[in-house]
Amino acid sequence: MSRHEHLERSIPSTSADPKAEVTLTVNGVSVTREVSTRMLLSDFIRHGLRLTGTHVGCEHGVCGACTVMIDGRAARSCLTFAVQADGADIRTIESEAEEDGTLSALQQAFQECHGLQCGYCTPGMIMNIRAHFDSGEELDLSDEGIRELISGNLCRCTGYANIVKAVRRAAELAGKA
Amino acid sequence: MSTRKFGAPIKRNIDPKLLTGNGAFTDDINLPGVLHAAFVRSPFARARINGIDTSLAEQADGVVAVYTCDNIGHLDIELPLLIPHPSMTAARTQRPLARGDVYYVGQTVAMVVAVDRYVAEDAANLVDVDYHPLDVELDLEKAIEDGTPLVHPTHPNNIAADFTQVCGNPEAAFAEAEHVTRIRVQVDRSTAAAMECRTVAARYDSVRGELTVWDGTQAPLGVRGGLASIFGLDEDKVRVIAPDVGGGFGQKVMFPYPDELLVPHAAIQLGRPVKYIEDRRENFIGSNQERTQIHEIELFAKKNGEVIALRDSFLHDTGAFIPYGIAVAQVASTSIAGPYQIPNIHVRFRAVYTPTVPVTPYRGCGRPQACFAIERAMDQLAEELGIDRFEIRRRNLIRDEQFPYTREGLLFADGLRVKLDSGQYTKALEMAREAIGWDNFAASQEAARKEGKAIGLGLAYYVEGTGLGPYEGGHIKIHPITGKVYVNTGLTSQGQGHDTVFAQIVSDQLGVAVEDVIVVEGDTGTFEWGVATFASRAAVVSGNAIHKTAIKVREQTIKAAANMLEADPADIELEDGHAVVAGTDRKVSLAAIATATNPLRYAFNSAAQAATQFAPASRHDGPPLIDGQHPGLEATDYFSPECATWAYGVHAAIVEIDRDTCDVEVKKYICIHDCGNMINPVIVDGQVMGGFAQGIGGALYERIEYDTEGNPTNANFVDFLIPYATEVPAIEISHLETPSPLNPLGVKGVGEAGCIAVGATLASGIEDALRPFGGKKFHQTPITPSMIFGAISNG
Ligand code: FES
Ligand code: FES
Repeated sequence: MSRHEHLERSIPSTSADPKAEVTLTVNGVSVTREVSTRMLLSDFIRHGLRLTGTHVGCEHGVCGACTVMIDGRAARSCLTFAVQADGADIRTIESEAEEDGTLSALQQAFQECHGLQCGYCTPGMIMNIRAHFDSGEELDLSDEGIRELISGNLCRCTGYANIVKAVRRAAELAGKA
Repeated sequence: MSTRKFGAPIKRNIDPKLLTGNGAFTDDINLPGVLHAAFVRSPFARARINGIDTSLAEQADGVVAVYTCDNIGHLDIELPLLIPHPSMTAARTQRPLARGDVYYVGQTVAMVVAVDRYVAEDAANLVDVDYHPLDVELDLEKAIEDGTPLVHPTHPNNIAADFTQVCGNPEAAFAEAEHVTRIRVQVDRSTAAAMECRTVAARYDSVRGELTVWDGTQAPLGVRGGLASIFGLDEDKVRVIAPDVGGGFGQKVMFPYPDELLVPHAAIQLGRPVKYIEDRRENFIGSNQERTQIHEIELFAKKNGEVIALRDSFLHDTGAFIPYGIAVAQVASTSIAGPYQIPNIHVRFRAVYTPTVPVTPYRGCGRPQACFAIERAMDQLAEELGIDRFEIRRRNLIRDEQFPYTREGLLFADGLRVKLDSGQYTKALEMAREAIGWDNFAASQEAARKEGKAIGLGLAYYVEGTGLGPYEGGHIKIHPITGKVYVNTGLTSQGQGHDTVFAQIVSDQLGVAVEDVIVVEGDTGTFEWGVATFASRAAVVSGNAIHKTAIKVREQTIKAAANMLEADPADIELEDGHAVVAGTDRKVSLAAIATATNPLRYAFNSAAQAATQFAPASRHDGPPLIDGQHPGLEATDYFSPECATWAYGVHAAIVEIDRDTCDVEVKKYICIHDCGNMINPVIVDGQVMGGFAQGIGGALYERIEYDTEGNPTNANFVDFLIPYATEVPAIEISHLETPSPLNPLGVKGVGEAGCIAVGATLASGIEDALRPFGGKKFHQTPITPSMIFGAISNG
């Protein structure tokens, strides 16, 4: 090592990007933060709020791993800027189980049916399915209907058949079947 | 006795954590003060670098450091050739950051470290590299011609390796053939595309001189070895942790990728944690891929369909570098005769450098290509000889009484000879025939054709060499306070459910609940002997090591319990976390036994009181621990297989082609599968179904595209088509369980099973469906709608 490398570098703590203040509700809690205007909502949720259950698989809006609920609808947080979520009501996977850790019917069904392997796609899958379950829409629980319902989410591990089973089982457990 | 856990569909221990978003993938780990790395990558497939100007990037707000080959010191080397083999001369591997030349679009040229990823990526765009582009040839068959532009001037005709293996006496057999079938088949390049891209984060503790690296790898021990040797650090000062990893499928077994060295280097230099989270485009252009092979295969047969010899010569695209040696091509060449007796084999391959992303294993690793070649050739032979496709296979299958069946002269990827160890190949074929409804198919096909519908039946047989050595280990300890059982092994999981299947094995020996077996893997700080997760080997090699270890701990536990309960060891049973004297209610908990076998000075709880030096049960006539005795209940053991164990199976499908849209609809898909004894059938089915979906991708959709100048043209999830739920048909799986004689549990690997035969099966079915509508052959995958359109419209 040369001599100058022993000197402590002066490292800035944040970027010089322009910032804006956002206020939003996340899993029922109101938060106000200053964010860089180009920060993706996915990065804000993961690194700003440290809710790392939301994953990113492509960051170009195709895989669905980053799916969260924005104002009750499933949305891709990698295609949304954090500043666009100002005033929004966001739900992430961290809100899915009960406070005491008891798994929701949907989560239980995924475990029961072996609907996950690596678990990377799973939070996005679950938030997408949750949005459909909660929307009050009539669910088509045929194989085709369920495959259509999850057709915005890629999974590279399971081959989907067990996720299809899990959705049907969850609907049963939640009294929707 | 508690019921046996081996073979039961136990729920996975890891699921609640993953389902609630509490997994800890690399990018989820909070490292205060972390800096972010981004790479400058070559935009040319082949070019000379005249100069690199980093000054603008260095001045950018928030940039901390910019690295090129000129300021990375001891890292400016050619990376190791991981698996040497005599068939390669002067094998080429890449440098962490390019020096002088670049060899593929995506190769790393410089690394920027900045306060966040946004700034780092912006600054990477400010690095000015002056390239002088060179000519390239992307076509694999042209690449070996004289006068073609070379990827490496050191390698004439772009040949990286040229290797021939021979079994039996093929020359003599060729002369005896009554019929010869020849076909050329091609499988195109795909990629693992795990949902989590590759990741690496590093922190250096300058007080302790310790480097900790979190790496989404399949080979933490290998990465540690690589880091220790390249950085000149003692192994004990390097800890590599593979945390939760979002799928691997082979791409993550390769190491070191440039970032795996450069990120730790920056962390050491800058005194701050640094991380690099690959994005999807980088995964397509910077992380290794696999598949392209072109086979010219010939079957030498008797008129009755018996194949007496096989000759195959294939080109294997190894990309710009060959860091993993010839592993993929070697697996393909040794799997080429499939499940058939074929006693005489001549197989040659040439591995060819192309100016593209390097090639190392992706789930299947040469097996899908070999299966595609032999199975398409079998169909062709059947057609030429006028023999039913099931029947011609039946006549050639290795018969039950012929096992173990050795292919003398062929060495598998473990350097050991190919020995197909056990199976019921004929039965599996019969089951497939029945399940797909072969006997009635001709009539329904005929009827459908009358209505103008194109319906076909396809089938393919596959074998899968699994469970390679050299070895894995297991360490088991019963915790004296909780009575929970801690298990360590050296490899690591990317979703396969090791924590549960290993727990089932231990649970059976120790009589504890599966949830009370805590499996910790993928951390070189907890267990440091082992190899890695690849080639469907975890259940076989680690599984058996853990099984052997559990037997040792069981013996220790029973002996100690017999002593405590003053009973005959033969009467002790282990159940529900206790040792019980059979037929009585006298019992003691595993926690108490673990405590009692550890002579104590301090009584920290009631069980500990009984183990202290003044307790009535203590020895007073010598040292509390007898010479050679180990305190507590703990053991370590290893398993090293004699050679690979071969799983196998048959796929069959009924497909319908829409002649207007050229869409392929899979109406029925069945799979007969045998991976020996199944530890957890639900997890086995999960592996098969996941592999199947990747097989569907390879058969119909996925192809890495390059233009003629070597630019990738579909390096994103919009254009590279990974199947969604709407593209993966239902699959009906049936199992046979023929135990492997090569390991105590009788298990075989399952990781790659699902993907191997899908391309061959669908090609067989599509060809059958379109026979009256043009009669084209389908000898290439993926089979795209435009290929089908071409076949129909030229017909
Ligand atoms: S990460 Fe948002 S869709 Fe893939
Ligand atoms: S479980 Fe791994 S990507 Fe879906």
